[in-house]
Amino acid sequence: MRVAILSDIHANREAFEACLADAARRGAQRLVLLGDIVGYGADPVWAVQRTRELAEAGAVVIKGNHDEAAVEDRGGMTSDAGAAAAWTRAVLDDAAKRFLDTLPMEVEEEDRLYVHADAQHPTRWRYTRDAEDARAALEAVRARVVLCGHVHVPALYGLTATAKIAAHRPMAEVAVPLTRPRRWLAVVGAVGQPRDGNPAAAYALLDTEANELTTLRVPYDIEGAARKIRAAGLPEGLAARLARGR
Amino acid sequence: MAVQMLQEGQELDGFRIGARLHVGGMAALFEATHPAHDFPLLVKVPRLAEGEDPAAIVSFEMEQMILPRLTGPHVPRFAGAGGFDRQPYLAMERIAGPSLLPLIEALPLPIERIAEIGAKVADALDSLHRQHVVHLDVKPSNILTRPGGEAVLVDFGLSRHALLPDLMEEEFRLPYGTAPYMAPEQVMGIRSEPRSDLFALGAMLYFFTTGERPFGDPQRLSGLKRRIWRDPQPPRRLRKDCPDWLQEVILRCLEVQPERRHPTAAQLAFDLRHPGQVALTARARKERRDGWARTIQRRFHPDHQPRFARTRAEMEDAGAAAPIVIAAVDLSEPDAALQAALRGTVGRILATLPEARLACLNVLRQNRIALDMTLDEQGNNKHLQRLVELKHWAAPLGLPEGRATFHVLEAVNPAAAILDHARANRVDHIVMGARAQSLKRRVLGSVSAEVAAEAPCSVTVVRSRVEGE
Repeated sequence: MRVAILSDIHANREAFEACLADAARRGAQRLVLLGDIVGYGADPVWAVQRTRELAEAGAVVIKGNHDEAAVEDRGGMTSDAGAAAAWTRAVLDDAAKRFLDTLPMEVEEEDRLYVHADAQHPTRWRYTRDAEDARAALEAVRARVVLCGHVHVPALYGLTATAKIAAHRPMAEVAVPLTRPRRWLAVVGAVGQPRDGNPAAAYALLDTEANELTTLRVPYDIEGAARKIRAAGLPEGLAARLARGR
Repeated sequence: MAVQMLQEGQELDGFRIGARLHVGGMAALFEATHPAHDFPLLVKVPRLAEGEDPAAIVSFEMEQMILPRLTGPHVPRFAGAGGFDRQPYLAMERIAGPSLLPLIEALPLPIERIAEIGAKVADALDSLHRQHVVHLDVKPSNILTRPGGEAVLVDFGLSRHALLPDLMEEEFRLPYGTAPYMAPEQVMGIRSEPRSDLFALGAMLYFFTTGERPFGDPQRLSGLKRRIWRDPQPPRRLRKDCPDWLQEVILRCLEVQPERRHPTAAQLAFDLRHPGQVALTARARKERRDGWARTIQRRFHPDHQPRFARTRAEMEDAGAAAPIVIAAVDLSEPDAALQAALRGTVGRILATLPEARLACLNVLRQNRIALDMTLDEQGNNKHLQRLVELKHWAAPLGLPEGRATFHVLEAVNPAAAILDHARANRVDHIVMGARAQSLKRRVLGSVSAEVAAEAPCSVTVVRSRVEGE
């Protein structure tokens, strides 16, 4: 089965639609959204509505820190993120907030764990930035493969039986075998706000039979998404960074 | 992980296991058959007994990752694999021909044979490198030969795939490889340099030429590192009849700094196929090893110690920056404007790619029926005359020796001759002129159109702008 894994959509309708279309074209039969449906972008109402439809059709949806902040102000965000969260809280209705509030922190499926941030302490929203973070996460859970987001930069880490860990920067369109008995942690890139210097939307496709993970990059209407952010009066930096991919 | 050795007659995922062919340090090999595969098969099983080197597991995992992703005649075809959760195995095509290992019983080899083997192995390495893989264990026992003559590389247990995670790098602090053939940068733990394979091939060619290994067979890390500062005896010192060009090629492969070796395996193969066109440097003339002062300096002086580094981005397009470019020049009906336009295009390609090399080509057309005279009406040698004209055409490009080679091919069909040359030399780009409409072209058809349609690589057709039509 092919599972499309999308993370950090951030209310970017253009990028979200482009990735969903790409995943459908590539024969994805199952959809997993790793959180941060909203925040930063100008289309939170649409993004939540679309996510609810997808969830009703069977998609797995995980809660991200921006989804939490869209329900209730918990503080601790950068000024741009805080401003976007406040705006998002103002435009979402109660039903949308209820949906975001009830999302699970993590879901286990077969030998996989889906989580938004650090798998060791999902509610602390920590970043899995390097091999040591990945090792700590893998040692804290029993799933063979952990799939997370939150970092906005794709990465792949493999843990061996002898407790060594290999870090890898996944290349677009290259299917990487998630060999057994090794355990793997994949940080899926961001759909709605990539930060690895490549502005194209990122998601991943997992082939559970071939046991391969492919990182994909999808072009989308960046100018359109940025224009809406400016029109909504959100901070200029949130619009400008989409074209830079930083 | 309780893994049992396979038994003859056993069945495994549809593979019927046959006789055991070989048991090595890391794996055992069995003959096999499978109803879905119509070629002879080999099943490789790692040795995973208690307390054995964990390298065997990781290396087997790497080979299982890499082999299914390789294609072409220079690797065994992948047939199937089993993971460590059950019986780990790797099934692949069994290559009928022998490895190069028996050759070392009959050293030194004749010079032509060394060049021929070297070119075929370089072809295989070029094919591998273009698939983003560095072999990292090139040695006689890992090179087989197909009945058709193509070299086949086997055993990807130490290999590195540029686009896949490198499991070996994290697992081991000591370098893995085979001591006599390991490149200096590989000794220092770098696993992403395609030219490490050219070093190993150079060490093999040195061995075939002289009967001696250039750096012996050291068993300790300190002995392995010696090749970083101590140069080998020049091959001619051990074999008087080793030609200049072969010493040049071998010592270039054995350069400590990868940047000083051939930029690509295809360029090395090109040199081995055109000995007369190898640009000779001080390497070709070298009579003895470097003196003690230079050697001591290289070993101890921080400014003279080699440094090895390579970014990953470079490996991903290995070869793309160092193509072999053919300029096919028509000298039979010289059209000065077209020749200048062709030269301009070639010059711009070479200016953007400093490691590209140029092969200037002219086809001396032969008569289909009569046996051609090699001399023209004035008694001049036509072949030599064409060579002179070809060099004259290229002179304004101002290329240093070694960057361009010159070839006059004698053939009935010019397009077929250009295409054959491009295939045999793994050419990346053909640049040629197209004549304007003429009676001759209408009668004979367009050479450039045929080349463009059939070429195994990019073709640029240059035409001087036609005004007023």
